[in-house]
Amino acid sequence: MIVAKNLTKIYGDFTAVNGIDFSVAKGESFGLLGPNGAGKSTTMRMITATLQRSAGELSILGKDPEKAGPEIRAHLGVVPQADNLDTELKVFENLYIYGRYFGLTKKYLTPKIEELIAFAQLEEKRNAKVEQLSGGMKRRLTIARALVNEPEILLLDEPTTGLDPQARHVLWDRLFRLKEQGVTLVITTHYMDEAEQLCDRLIVMDEGKIMAEGSPASLISQHSSPEVVEVRFGSNRNAEVANQISNLGDRMDVLPDRILIYAQDGEAVLAQIIAAGHHPLTSLVRRSSLEDVFLRLTGRTLVD
Amino acid sequence: MKNQTWRGASVVVDANKVSRFGALYAAEYRIRNMLKWWQAILAFDIGNPVLFLTSIGIGVGSLVDKHTAGSGPDGVKYLTFLAPALLATAAIQSTMEEVTFPVMHGFEWRKIFHGMYAAGLTGKQIAQGVLISAITKGTFAVIIYWVVLWIFHAFDSLRSLWLIPIQIYFGACFGCIIMAVAAYVKKDDNWFAMLNRFVVAPMFLFSGTFYALSTLPLTVRWVGWISPLWHATEVGRYFAYRSEMPLQMLLVHFGYLTFLGLIGLFIAHRKFAQRLAQ
Repeated sequence: MIVAKNLTKIYGDFTAVNGIDFSVAKGESFGLLGPNGAGKSTTMRMITATLQRSAGELSILGKDPEKAGPEIRAHLGVVPQADNLDTELKVFENLYIYGRYFGLTKKYLTPKIEELIAFAQLEEKRNAKVEQLSGGMKRRLTIARALVNEPEILLLDEPTTGLDPQARHVLWDRLFRLKEQGVTLVITTHYMDEAEQLCDRLIVMDEGKIMAEGSPASLISQHSSPEVVEVRFGSNRNAEVANQISNLGDRMDVLPDRILIYAQDGEAVLAQIIAAGHHPLTSLVRRSSLEDVFLRLTGRTLVD
Repeated sequence: MKNQTWRGASVVVDANKVSRFGALYAAEYRIRNMLKWWQAILAFDIGNPVLFLTSIGIGVGSLVDKHTAGSGPDGVKYLTFLAPALLATAAIQSTMEEVTFPVMHGFEWRKIFHGMYAAGLTGKQIAQGVLISAITKGTFAVIIYWVVLWIFHAFDSLRSLWLIPIQIYFGACFGCIIMAVAAYVKKDDNWFAMLNRFVVAPMFLFSGTFYALSTLPLTVRWVGWISPLWHATEVGRYFAYRSEMPLQMLLVHFGYLTFLGLIGLFIAHRKFAQRLAQ
């Protein structure tokens, strides 16, 4: 569905996307994970055929976006980072008018809109103006809107940024249903849990480059240990204690507020720390996540 | 969502149809949005001419007619002299409203144009859609204004009906210029208020609207000559009551406004496309 080779975007003397290669297969749920400014949204805009590349090759649905931009866009569903719904129009009107941009007829749109409203769980808000919707409802409406043309690929740029946890989970549920039904998804996110939940395969981006590629599980197994122990001794003591326990676990990262110890058995490492006479202010044993992969690859956290 | 009825965009969407009629789809959005305000638009389109004609047309008009024995500028009653200029102004103002703030709304405030662009419409189609909706609004305003003028006996010949398509056309030409300007505005900063204050208002005052342009000293008469409103008014006066106008002058008036309109449309096409692909 998408093939990118040496894809590059340069603004003046700033290289936003620096020669990346990736491909997305039909029915796959593909993620671009990285911190703000990593080049995810720029990559996304090139894939949505709304931004010209500076160099490299890009094929979307078998076509070059520079030659067949409008045709490609007509077959995609795009959920932009910032909602661009019309707040003066009602919920169903937003869906209707967006469908009209694709030249869809009233006959097609009338049942389709009801289907989409049900999918977005907005039945009670069907006739409400968009300005009356919560942030989560607006996101669901934007996703529903992107499905009006039955897109070959649904592209979502930071779909849950700015939403509260409950709204995020509702949205994930909707996206997961689409994934289950075989819709090809491309998602950018800086939330590792989102990437883990929704993506079959992802690329980790930083400073316009791909740092790693694979499924969430394979990335974690390749770049991190199964478990992580997080211990806090207070910002003054973390570095000092870290020196004394540096022999524990597979690897250690000392962050300003906590020490992370990567290990095969987290509980055993924590027991060893306490046995050595160190009593952390707080401690947590958890399984490794993509956040740890990113930290390992870049030396920075995703929300730096 | 993706159930047995899901056929996929390659079946559902006809990309050729979008490439042919995209401008109409963009216009449909603007018109639908405009209809949300139809009461306000109708009230303005009726109230504006009625109030203006009552105060200036009849009020000032009776004063002028009294001092000129009903044979004022151009040898006709003042209201008749004024009417074509007012109709041209209404066309210009109505069209302009639809190509200023809605363009900001589309590019910046709600980013609606970005949604259209992502759906497959081109910058050119979106610009044309905005223009079509502006012409629709202008048509409505001009027809109502003409009817009010007729009721106020500003015209005595049905030949003045020609003014309706002509002023709609001139309003569209002017709209193209303003749309081109609006395509460059990234932050309002009272830009459109300044445009009204320093371009439209002087144009209204120095285009022979209230008096014949020939009565102005040559030092400021050029303002009228370059003003789209003066050209629109001159053509309007010919079709409203004048018996003749040299063909070459008619061509100059139409040619000048058409030229401005084409330049505006060309710039708007380019800037819309460029701004959406940034």
